Amino acid sequence: MTLATPHPTETEISAIIEAHLPLEGPLLPMLHALQEAFGHVPAAAHAAICDTLNITKAELHGVISFYHDFRDAPAGRHVVKICRAEACQAMGGAALAENLLAKLGLDWHGTTRNGVVTIEPVYCLGLCACAPAAMVDDRVVGRVDAAKLDKLLAEAGA
Amino acid sequence: MKDFIIPPMDWKDERDMGTPAKQGAPVTLSIDGFEVTVPEGTSVMRAAAEAGIQVPKLCATDSLEAFGSCRLCVVEIEGRRGTPASCTTPVAPGMVVRTQSDSVRKIRKGVMELYISDHPLDCLTCSANGDCELQDMAGAVGLRDVRYTAPTGGIATHFAPRNTSGETNPEWRPKDDSNPYFSYDPAKCIVCNRCVRACEEVQGTFALTIEGRGFDSRVSFGAKTDDALASDCVSCGACVQACPTATLQEKSVIEMGTPDRSVVTTCAYCGVGCSFKAEMQGDQLVRMVPYKHGKANRGHSCVKGRFAYGYASHKDRILNPMIRDRISDPWREVSWDEALGFAATKMRGIQAEYGQKSIGVITSSRCTNEETYLVQKLARAVFGNNNTDTCARVCHSPTGYGLGQTFGTSAGTQDFDSVEHTDVVIVIGANPTDGHPVFASRLKKRLRAGAKLIVIDPRRIDLVKSAHVKASHHLPLRPGTNVAVVTALAHVIVTEGLMDEAFIRERCDWDEFQDYAAFVSDPRHAPEATEMLTGVPAADLREAAKLFATGGNGAIYYGLGVTEHSQGSTTVMSIANLAMLTGNLGRPGVGVNPLRGQNNVQGACDMGSFPHELPGYRHVKNDDVRDLFKSVWGVEIDAEPGLRIPNMLDAAVDGTFKGLYCQGEDILQSDPDTKHVAAGLAAMECVIVHDLFLNETANYAHVFLPGSTFLEKDGTFTNAERRINRVREVMKPRNGYADWEITQMLANKMGANWSYMHPSQIMDEIALTTPSFAGVSYTVLEEKGSVQWPCNEAHPDGTPLMHVDGFVRGKGRFIVTEYVATDEKTGPRFPLLLTTGRILSQYNVGAQTRRTENVVWHEQDLLEIHPHDAENRGLNDGDYVRLASRSGETTLRAKITDRVSPGVVYTTFHHPDTQANVITTDYSDWATNCPEYKVTAVQVSPSNGPSVWQEDYAAQAAQARRILPAAE
Repeated sequence: MTLATPHPTETEISAIIEAHLPLEGPLLPMLHALQEAFGHVPAAAHAAICDTLNITKAELHGVISFYHDFRDAPAGRHVVKICRAEACQAMGGAALAENLLAKLGLDWHGTTRNGVVTIEPVYCLGLCACAPAAMVDDRVVGRVDAAKLDKLLAEAGA
Repeated sequence: MKDFIIPPMDWKDERDMGTPAKQGAPVTLSIDGFEVTVPEGTSVMRAAAEAGIQVPKLCATDSLEAFGSCRLCVVEIEGRRGTPASCTTPVAPGMVVRTQSDSVRKIRKGVMELYISDHPLDCLTCSANGDCELQDMAGAVGLRDVRYTAPTGGIATHFAPRNTSGETNPEWRPKDDSNPYFSYDPAKCIVCNRCVRACEEVQGTFALTIEGRGFDSRVSFGAKTDDALASDCVSCGACVQACPTATLQEKSVIEMGTPDRSVVTTCAYCGVGCSFKAEMQGDQLVRMVPYKHGKANRGHSCVKGRFAYGYASHKDRILNPMIRDRISDPWREVSWDEALGFAATKMRGIQAEYGQKSIGVITSSRCTNEETYLVQKLARAVFGNNNTDTCARVCHSPTGYGLGQTFGTSAGTQDFDSVEHTDVVIVIGANPTDGHPVFASRLKKRLRAGAKLIVIDPRRIDLVKSAHVKASHHLPLRPGTNVAVVTALAHVIVTEGLMDEAFIRERCDWDEFQDYAAFVSDPRHAPEATEMLTGVPAADLREAAKLFATGGNGAIYYGLGVTEHSQGSTTVMSIANLAMLTGNLGRPGVGVNPLRGQNNVQGACDMGSFPHELPGYRHVKNDDVRDLFKSVWGVEIDAEPGLRIPNMLDAAVDGTFKGLYCQGEDILQSDPDTKHVAAGLAAMECVIVHDLFLNETANYAHVFLPGSTFLEKDGTFTNAERRINRVREVMKPRNGYADWEITQMLANKMGANWSYMHPSQIMDEIALTTPSFAGVSYTVLEEKGSVQWPCNEAHPDGTPLMHVDGFVRGKGRFIVTEYVATDEKTGPRFPLLLTTGRILSQYNVGAQTRRTENVVWHEQDLLEIHPHDAENRGLNDGDYVRLASRSGETTLRAKITDRVSPGVVYTTFHHPDTQANVITTDYSDWATNCPEYKVTAVQVSPSNGPSVWQEDYAAQAAQARRILPAAE
């Protein structure tokens, strides 16, 4: 499915880039701010970032691809991250995730057809004591089971 | 370094020491019970290597700083916990290191097992078989088994395209063959990061990265969607050199297999003079590999020297001598004897009819010192005149004159290592990243470490802003105003009292300085006064001058953008003034450094190629010098200077100059005002062209003598830092003879009685007659690798830095440099200024590089034009445009870019079908006749296709290149 991708203008992009220039090590804050503003790091911003910071497109690609949270296209309105680390796997997290994906007909990183939810894997949320754990947008949720997950998804409107 | 397969030569240690050498106080430690003393800051790995102990390693190599990722080089250090990596651990006094123990052996084996679990076991059919560090290390750690297997039904590797059920492996990526010279095979990659670091630390291009993380980490050229060719990669080969496996591999090795022997020789491209190992199978060249002990390049290379050698075996190369009576006839292949006899008879006949001075020679900066020496000797001792000139006439003759006048030697003052100590660099009229790439990499390394850069150039060259390098000041002057800009810099330094008075008082002529100071202090030289003329903002120029005068060690590097002007010599002198004014001479990190265009420009000048100078820059009018050569050569030498190239052509048009022996230079394409050159050549009765290819000049030749490549002869090249490097014969000449032999045969046909058996004897004669070469011999070069002249009794090891305790001429001389505008002026008909230059992948007239795969980067000359000028003329990017000057016109495609200022257009001269020199005028330097290539008033307009001249020329060239096969 295609989402309505916002088309950030050059002015918007350069305003964000300029705002972070005085920082020491401004690249990561810049990328975060772009993602914050547009839901992803738009490809249109790459050349401007490289030019401003005097780095190459290879270096930028190295940084963006290193961090899984930087996106090259916007996600759904809500992002649900399901922990796949050892403790959560031991507590049935793997099965929980598989069932959810099957139910929604998605693969990892997929977004529901109505554009509401994107499902992503995450490796440890630091909630091992409450495994299996998940995270809905900025909110962490412990002791997740199928019912709890359904409720969360329903709240989100998936 | 992938050098394991070739046994090291006994005179140089070629082992990979793991990490770079350091300088510092001595530190003594014990490694496996052996005491070893190394400089502070050295890694434990390197210290072990110094003691002869190789610690296993994968991610370390001595051209790169330690990285510590492979964990194979772990060692035990007494009193320290765990097993530190020896590459990242610096030595400490009294340290006790054990490189082998049961525990480290187990760790190394475990690490190797993991590496090999994701690496194909196809060693026997792998292109790096026998030249692979991964293979070597597996052997060194005793790996016998890999226990890791993929889970059932899954694929846990990067190298298998499919699993056993035939399902594709999403982790597998196909080979990237987009670069014409090397391939990138991700399946073989161990992600050691050496290629990425080499691209960053050594080359400074930052074209490579590691994308992803963890198991997903992959080497990536450029951004996500790029391949090697589409990325910023400049194909310097540093990554290929650094790669320990077959991941980045030369295509020639993939095709031919690994080499079995190697010969150290010198690159035949630019004036950097990189040392290479020609790696061979029999008489076949497998690859050229930069030589790590080469003192000019320190193990680095560029796309030309590393890969563009294919011209040596190109089908266009002529291997048989040819003659013809008229240039309208087809060529006839004949024997050497017939060709040389024909040439000798014609030349002697011309002399008999038109006089002794009616013939001459042109030596080449692409030939060896020995060959050049013989060609000028041919003119002086056999022709009996001084009609010898060289292509340095059209590039660096003003350098010879200007530096000779001010300092007393016609050469650069530093070695390339000096750049590592510099704090402020002025680059003026040079584009090192394209013209002198290996030096540019060394410069960029220093700039990344904090040195400041001032660029004076009409064009925004790459150095002005490229990855991690940014010039503090770019002074975009109008072409032709160099003198005004440099004098304005001096004005600021003098009027603001920033000069180094102690240096000037001690080292220079104080009275002359007073005159000079009074001259430059005149308000008419102030940057504010010259701003209108030069187009350089006064404030910026003032800041730049202050930075250079106060920023520490200041070095000036310049190129043909300085010399190829009507005031070329004046600019060279003004640069010398600037260096003396700021006390920037005679120590590392400073100096005046001409970047020579061709590999042996320095040597060609040293060898007496100029019509007024015998070898060693000694004027022919001096009786003592002539007597010296008379005693060695046994003939009287003419005391009158001979003709320069432009004079020869003028005289030819006038009918007084009738015969020319032109070795290894294509004057028709490279010299200005092509139509005038063509007319001169057409008026001659015997033009002998000695070259690899039927070049453009050969269209007007009567005798063609096939030349040998730098791979096929012995000799020496002298690079821009006065370094005399050996060129070694790695294969027999395909044309039958080395070039020095051909010149000797021609001389002997004309009655000389030369009997050189080897170029070393020619060098002995040079040493005998030329004081600055007195200590040079092939034995010395064999022993030391290379020497920088002067090399004589006073300097038996050569002279890396000139003018250390005093100038060669005594007191440094300040010369007043009045700006005089060129006569070439813009006007209503020709409102734009054309300036010319070169590009990384092509070299000079392109005779060599056009015959290699380098054309993928540059297949035609383009005209760079500012968007504003393009819009005025209704031009779009890629349009065919007509470029016209007062001399002529040509057509080429436009490239719209703001690299050039409005009012300035720029092109290269690599392609004969464009013939940029049809446009250039015959204005030249007032002192040396060096042509004014860099300033031509032009107009640009839309066009439908080739000009009439281009069509006529192409037809004439096709006609002139017909060859009749030899009679059976």
